[in-house]
Amino acid sequence: MKILVPIKRVIDYKVKINVKADGSGVQLDNVKMSMNPFDENSLEEAIKLKEAGKADEVIVVSIGCAKVAETLRAGLAMGADRAILVQSEEILEPLAVAKILKIIAEEEKPDLIILGKQAIDDDNNQTGQMLAAMLNYAQATFAYKLELNGDSANVTREVDGGLQTINIKLPAIITTDLRINKPRFTSLPNIIKAKKKPLEIKSIADFNVDISPRLKILNTQEPPVRTAGIIVGTVAELVEKLKAKSLV
Amino acid sequence: MTILVLAEHNNVELSIETAKALDAATQIGGEIHVLVAGFNAMAVAKQAAKLDNVAKVILAQSQELEHCLAEPVAALIMSLADNYNMFMSCASSNGKNIMPRVAALLDVMQISEIIEVLSADSFKRPIYAGNAILSVQSLDEKKVITVRTSSFSSVGTSNDAPIEEIAEPSEIGLSSFVNAQYSDSARPDLTAAKIVISGGRAFGSAEKFNELLNPLADRLGAAIGASRAAVDAGYANNDLQVGQTGKIVAPDLYIACGISGAIQHVAGMSSSKTIVAINKDADAPIFQIADYGLVADLFEALPELEKSL
Ligand SMILES: Cc1cc2nc3c(=O)[nH]c(=O)nc-3n(C[C@H](O)[C@H](O)[C@H](O)COP(=O)(O)OP(=O)(O)OC[C@H]3O[C@@H](n4cnc5c(N)ncnc54)[C@H](O)[C@@H]3O)c2cc1C
Ligand SMILES: Nc1ncnc2c1ncn2[C@@H]1O[C@H](COP(=O)(O)O)[C@@H](O)[C@H]1O
Repeated sequence: MKILVPIKRVIDYKVKINVKADGSGVQLDNVKMSMNPFDENSLEEAIKLKEAGKADEVIVVSIGCAKVAETLRAGLAMGADRAILVQSEEILEPLAVAKILKIIAEEEKPDLIILGKQAIDDDNNQTGQMLAAMLNYAQATFAYKLELNGDSANVTREVDGGLQTINIKLPAIITTDLRINKPRFTSLPNIIKAKKKPLEIKSIADFNVDISPRLKILNTQEPPVRTAGIIVGTVAELVEKLKAKSLV
Repeated sequence: MTILVLAEHNNVELSIETAKALDAATQIGGEIHVLVAGFNAMAVAKQAAKLDNVAKVILAQSQELEHCLAEPVAALIMSLADNYNMFMSCASSNGKNIMPRVAALLDVMQISEIIEVLSADSFKRPIYAGNAILSVQSLDEKKVITVRTSSFSSVGTSNDAPIEEIAEPSEIGLSSFVNAQYSDSARPDLTAAKIVISGGRAFGSAEKFNELLNPLADRLGAAIGASRAAVDAGYANNDLQVGQTGKIVAPDLYIACGISGAIQHVAGMSSSKTIVAINKDADAPIFQIADYGLVADLFEALPELEKSL
């Protein structure tokens, strides 16, 4: 079994982002970048399947600028076997990312493609579902638990009302939720070993895919700011304030 | 413009969320149809027919549609696609699961979680956990949109739209339902409640979480929410998580107890009308967005609060 794990490099989740004053976007220079947290979960799940003898090869793939190679190296250090970087200076929308991933999937023929449920920069939550549609595969999104059984898998999903378990035929797409596992820390020896693992670089131009944006960004603004109100001294004072506003 | 809105339901009851997605559809303008995909779901279709501004309800029923799995519902929407130029749903777990699949089949980019309609093709949506708001214009001829329902209000229920049943769609067979553990709480739904009281890691155990929050929620008629830390620790079920990756809520009153106010949590509740924070750390970031802050130990403050209501 071969598992493909698409990963995205995003601003680290701990960073407080800055919106540029001219409305042109979010400040990306000189901020800490990391692997999208959900993608760490996907990769952890894939590596665990390999360690359990259920998968033979784990491939990480990312579409982005040259620096994305660092993030792929981090994936190799976590335990992926090899990496593919599709280099693109343009920032791609999920539709275009899914089209590129489809071509890679057709070449690599993985049995399972595990993506994150959403990238925490654009919060789109689309790519996995789109890729599933393009490949005409089953999809199990927001996965909380994954059990492989031969040519199908049972996936428990985090849904609005609680948890739902579905059975999907392989090959299939899975997108992970945060509670599926706890991603491992990488050890120094593994970081060194990762330097020798293969990282293939391709150019987006070789894919012959229409990557033109379908959504025109008009502007990027700060959200309305909420300011701190008052600190009350006692529970009684709190209740008084809430009663005065007819909230309780 | 003809808009197809996918109904959110459990085959028995139409979710109030659908009435809010219809508010967004109404603001876009045009003829609006509601699609009820399910099994033994005529009751849901009848509820949908009452919603204002709906010109027609389309009811499609089959066993495969019963659990709203992405593959059959997306295929169903595609079978109707020629008649519509816009496809909408709530940004619920069903909507998020199904609509991008539809978008890819139509070869268009979905506009995820809109919070405002600027015009028939331009919308506002939050990015970076709500720390930036993007205004985007869709250049695609057909548009696929999910709606963050907490940003819209419900349309009225004085309509009587016709219900059209369509033939049972053919089986897709890629996935199947196995089982579900849905929490059945008598409390109001998190996304619909006027008051939400949420607990964080500070509770220390599921027992304390329930013991302290249940009576307060009962007294206030409130829904209970939780931070991710509280859900991860098993104090609360996953469907109670509020935040970037949980539910987005905008109640009249949000009471955060023992929650630090991480950006990912704030993303899910910062649109609440009034925010109360109870935390023993005066420097907790949650106080920066709270209208009323109480620096106190929740194990003392919450029982006292319950008594004084
Ligand atoms: C990709 C990603 C997505 C995430 N999505 C979400 C999400 O959707 N929702 C979410 O909530 N989190 C989310 N998180 C996690 C988030 O970053 C925080 O870790 C989490 O919100 C912290 O939960 P907490 O406030 O309960 O815990 P803590 O941060 O540990 O805060 C506990 C608070 O309780 C206070 N306290 C302790 N004891 C007492 C007492 N006796 N009385 C009163 N106060 C007390 C402390 O002062 C502290 O402020 C996400 C993280 C990532 C990386
Ligand atoms: N540029 C990219 N390269 C590789 N994978 C990506 C890229 N963008 C998104 N993904 C994958 O798609 C998931 C969902 O992203 P999104 O649909 O943008 O929220 C991410 O968690 C990644 O697994």
